[in-house]
Amino acid sequence: MGVVIVGAGQAGFQTAVSLRSEGYDDSIILIGEEPGLPYQRPPLSKGFLAGKQEIESTALRPEGFYTSHRIDVIASERVTGIDRIGLQVELASGKRIPYDKVVLATGARVRKLPLQNHLLYLRDLCDAVEIKDRLDRCDSVRVIGGGFIGLEVAAAACSLGKAVTVVETQSRLMQRCVAPVVSEFYRELHAGHGVKVMLGETAIASRAADLSVAGIGVVPNVELASHAGLATANGIAVDEFLRTTDPAIFAIGDCAEYPNVFADARVRLESVQNAVDQAKCAAANIVGRSRPYRAVPWFWTDQFDAKLQMAGLSSGSDRTVLRGDLETRKFSVFYFKQHGLIGVDSINRPADHLAARRLLATAARITSDQAADEGFDLKSLV
Amino acid sequence: MFGRKPKETVRMTYISHSNVITRIDVPVGDSVMEGAIKNGVDGIAAECGGTCQCGTCHVYVEEEFLDRLPPIQEDESAMLVDLTACARRTNSRLSCQLLVTREFDGLIVHTPETQQ
Repeated sequence: MGVVIVGAGQAGFQTAVSLRSEGYDDSIILIGEEPGLPYQRPPLSKGFLAGKQEIESTALRPEGFYTSHRIDVIASERVTGIDRIGLQVELASGKRIPYDKVVLATGARVRKLPLQNHLLYLRDLCDAVEIKDRLDRCDSVRVIGGGFIGLEVAAAACSLGKAVTVVETQSRLMQRCVAPVVSEFYRELHAGHGVKVMLGETAIASRAADLSVAGIGVVPNVELASHAGLATANGIAVDEFLRTTDPAIFAIGDCAEYPNVFADARVRLESVQNAVDQAKCAAANIVGRSRPYRAVPWFWTDQFDAKLQMAGLSSGSDRTVLRGDLETRKFSVFYFKQHGLIGVDSINRPADHLAARRLLATAARITSDQAADEGFDLKSLV
Repeated sequence: MFGRKPKETVRMTYISHSNVITRIDVPVGDSVMEGAIKNGVDGIAAECGGTCQCGTCHVYVEEEFLDRLPPIQEDESAMLVDLTACARRTNSRLSCQLLVTREFDGLIVHTPETQQ
């Protein structure tokens, strides 16, 4: 008996690692649908596509690590059911594995546009290898979706000398996540490198290209949980300890909807930070530490030479304040809701980003004037 | 495979807080962090995958090698000030920011007690 982790992405991997570092001594079985060992997804749309990073270097750890840490990795295998009475997970191969605890780290799958079979999508390593292969043999690329993944693909393709068009149905880039001033900065950044950015346009209306890649969001993989009778909403529903409605089963990462103390709402986040920190929290709870999940969310995206780092959750803000100078291409946007700070986006200002994580973690009071005043030391408040 | 030259490597030594000494050959161009991860050296977590975001690849570099390293950039400096689990010292670096050159040959780094 032991812990069965369903899903061998960043969250599943980190759960296994953290269980061992927490002193968990029973068996740990990490089951993934993809072939091979767990790997990092972020470089797929960045360094790998741009030809700066080899695919092998995305592996989270070499094979020997799993042996030495007694982590059994079962690759190319699908979990088809959870027998919550018999405490066994059921595999597509027909095998059944008994458990004390299950961690669902089933992730998400790409949202697809109907009736557009020629489109490629980027989620896993296979997708990335195919897109890279096609990129190397084409001249023009059309990207559907002006969110993080689409823009990272566009930047990578552009850096390889391709003629790139980005088509976004909304009126600005990354609309769901950032303020208009940040959207505009990125529109100019891409346009300045020769990317044609088409806003407020549907994909159907745009011109064909040699290669079309769509990045229009993901859908959480909740089916295993819902078939097992666990509560699901916009993700597998968990409490502040990341437990599902069955206390022997946890859910973490992209697939989990949890109560977020900063947003005072149930949210589901898609990020490395969320995967890693929830994995650590679930591992701590499995070994009996009773730790609520309270990590400050943070995200990043690399496009061309600009690094955007986001702290907190800025949606629902009623006021934004700019710190720094747009002209210098180093600035931060502070998002307020009523009188409290809820998020900060920093472009090429890493110190602001780190200060923001601390400000949010400690619920420090900061005024708009302080945020806007570059002479004011943000860290004096934490 | 044909056409792929074996990479030039340099010898590096990682010493853990509990004095476990690991000597490995790291290819030029890889980072000191990657050298550790690919060879199963404990003591470096590298949660963000080497993008200078998480501060969990903190190392203390033996003083005599400090002037062979690339200068500390703004983002690394901010991380070292704010985010590493163990205290910053004058010889603190984030190992993901140390891309190995020939000059690194013989480099000795110490991993801190914890990265969390």
